[in-house]
Amino acid sequence: MLLERSLTRVLMGMILLGNGVNLLILLGGKAGAPPIVGDAPQDEMADPLPQIMILTAIVITLGMTAFLLALAYRSWAMSGHDEVQDDVEDKRIMLLAERDEGSGVADSEEQS
Amino acid sequence: MTWLVPLPVTIPLLGAALTLLMNGRPRAQRTISLTALTATLLVSAALLYLSTTEGALVVAVGGWAAPLGIVLVADELASLMLVVSAAVTVCVLIYSIGQGMADGHEETPLSVYHPAYLILTAGVTNAFLAGDLFNLYVGFEILLVASYVLLTIGGTENRIRAGTTYIVVSLLSSVIFLTAIGLIYAATGTLNMAQLAERLDGLPDGLKLILQGMLLLAFGIKAAVFPLSSWLPDSYPTAPAPVTAVFAGLLTKVGVYAIIRTETLLFPGGRATVVLLVLALLTMVVGILGAVAQSDIKRLLSFTLVSHIGYLLFGVGLTSRLGMSSAIFYVVHHITVQTTLFLAAGLIEKRGGSTALDRLGGLARLNPVLAVAFLIPALNLAGIPPFSGFIGKLGLIEAGVADGGPLAWLLVAGSVLTSLLTLYAIARVWNLAFWRAPNPAMPAPDAGRCPPMMIVPTLALVAFGVALTVVAGPLFAVGDQAAGRLQDRSGYARSVLSPGGTP
Repeated sequence: MLLERSLTRVLMGMILLGNGVNLLILLGGKAGAPPIVGDAPQDEMADPLPQIMILTAIVITLGMTAFLLALAYRSWAMSGHDEVQDDVEDKRIMLLAERDEGSGVADSEEQS
Repeated sequence: MTWLVPLPVTIPLLGAALTLLMNGRPRAQRTISLTALTATLLVSAALLYLSTTEGALVVAVGGWAAPLGIVLVADELASLMLVVSAAVTVCVLIYSIGQGMADGHEETPLSVYHPAYLILTAGVTNAFLAGDLFNLYVGFEILLVASYVLLTIGGTENRIRAGTTYIVVSLLSSVIFLTAIGLIYAATGTLNMAQLAERLDGLPDGLKLILQGMLLLAFGIKAAVFPLSSWLPDSYPTAPAPVTAVFAGLLTKVGVYAIIRTETLLFPGGRATVVLLVLALLTMVVGILGAVAQSDIKRLLSFTLVSHIGYLLFGVGLTSRLGMSSAIFYVVHHITVQTTLFLAAGLIEKRGGSTALDRLGGLARLNPVLAVAFLIPALNLAGIPPFSGFIGKLGLIEAGVADGGPLAWLLVAGSVLTSLLTLYAIARVWNLAFWRAPNPAMPAPDAGRCPPMMIVPTLALVAFGVALTVVAGPLFAVGDQAAGRLQDRSGYARSVLSPGGTP
């Protein structure tokens, strides 16, 4: 979905991917009882560090999602669609290459 | 003196909060952000002095001891980068304030500009100081989020278009980085870089290679290494000139810094050096060929930026002490020069109404100061002898010759070729924009006058770039010391992990 043209689909792909990675980090730690001192013996506790890290990562993912949504909305408001477009300059160069005029333009620039 | 270490992160963050509160009062915002950044510069300078004389300064945030808590480490490399980046950000801030005033309306640096800019600085400093991988990730995210805002500021259609590409690519690289972090934690049970340096050695080779590859991939996207660099020339030129300048100077260099850190500390030697050298060669040559083909100054500069990342990778890939110290010297030089060039491009845009080469002409006669402000850093970038670019390149080439392998020789040839092509690209800009007769399509002298607050910081950075030549000896010594420190992995581990973090 990341390779789609529509920004909304890219966004969905991003959310899925982000959550997948968060789960991956969670799997990295040791599973067990809640890591609260006095609640369970120390060697039965889960590893708290991945959970802390995911907390941070979730916040970041959420913020990014919101920002991308805003961007998609803005793009929709400005141009009526939310497609990721080709670069204007790239398009120009591609057109030049098709007409085989790339070298000609540079020469005429230097002469003028 | 370890209480100084967290200050470069906290001062800009505090400043950002204050400027956000001062929403709608541009004068107060300007004062606060200027004060905050100047303070950051002073603290960084103090850190550089302390770390070179007394060794690395380590702070365990919140009093949690090193392997579990978050540590901030200010060794020579980190504090050197801090000083340069702080100096650059101060100059660019003055420039952007000047630009806002010149355009006539007071709120042009929109009310969100100053907070975003300060947060960007905080993210950069946090990434430099980070002592563990997750904190590095957080630093990256902070600066990236701020950069998204700065890139799409104003929300015109063009910027949204460019921003979309940039954001999706950066998000992807962040996800890769995060995945690598998750895997590393699962494999070693720690993210503290000093501890990782010890534990990674015990891992099987294949696993280590995967982890290293993922980190390189993530940082490579951020640093715009060749096959991963195509996003950069599309997105940078559309942003306002000061924003582009600070991006060009700092953001890619944070990626390079992360590569240096991880390659030296976590995965020294090994199989990646060949990959790094090949990437360096490709980045150099393909980047500069792209630059030669461009007809817009900002895009051309973006391509030279990509190309010169190759030099940095060259130094890192050599793994020798001389290569490393030259790379460090080159980073300092390149941050300064590239930022100056983008600021000068902003001035050209102001005076000439555009940065497209076919619409400019005769700027040398119309505005000699501007011509000087462009020419000196441009020659510096191409590596003309008296300037610092030459010294950095010479160091790299010397290190390449000392290495002696066939790949190293190929890279030496490649870097000479690249600097010649850079000279060609720069000469083309000079001929078309400055030397030929003035173009009638350009705005009248009054309409395109550059305000002193834009010229002075540009000239200051030009002077700073020239001064790098003057202090090249001591600076190289600092770089060498930093390179030595980078190769002394057990020393790093000892200074971070020892109780209390003795400096």
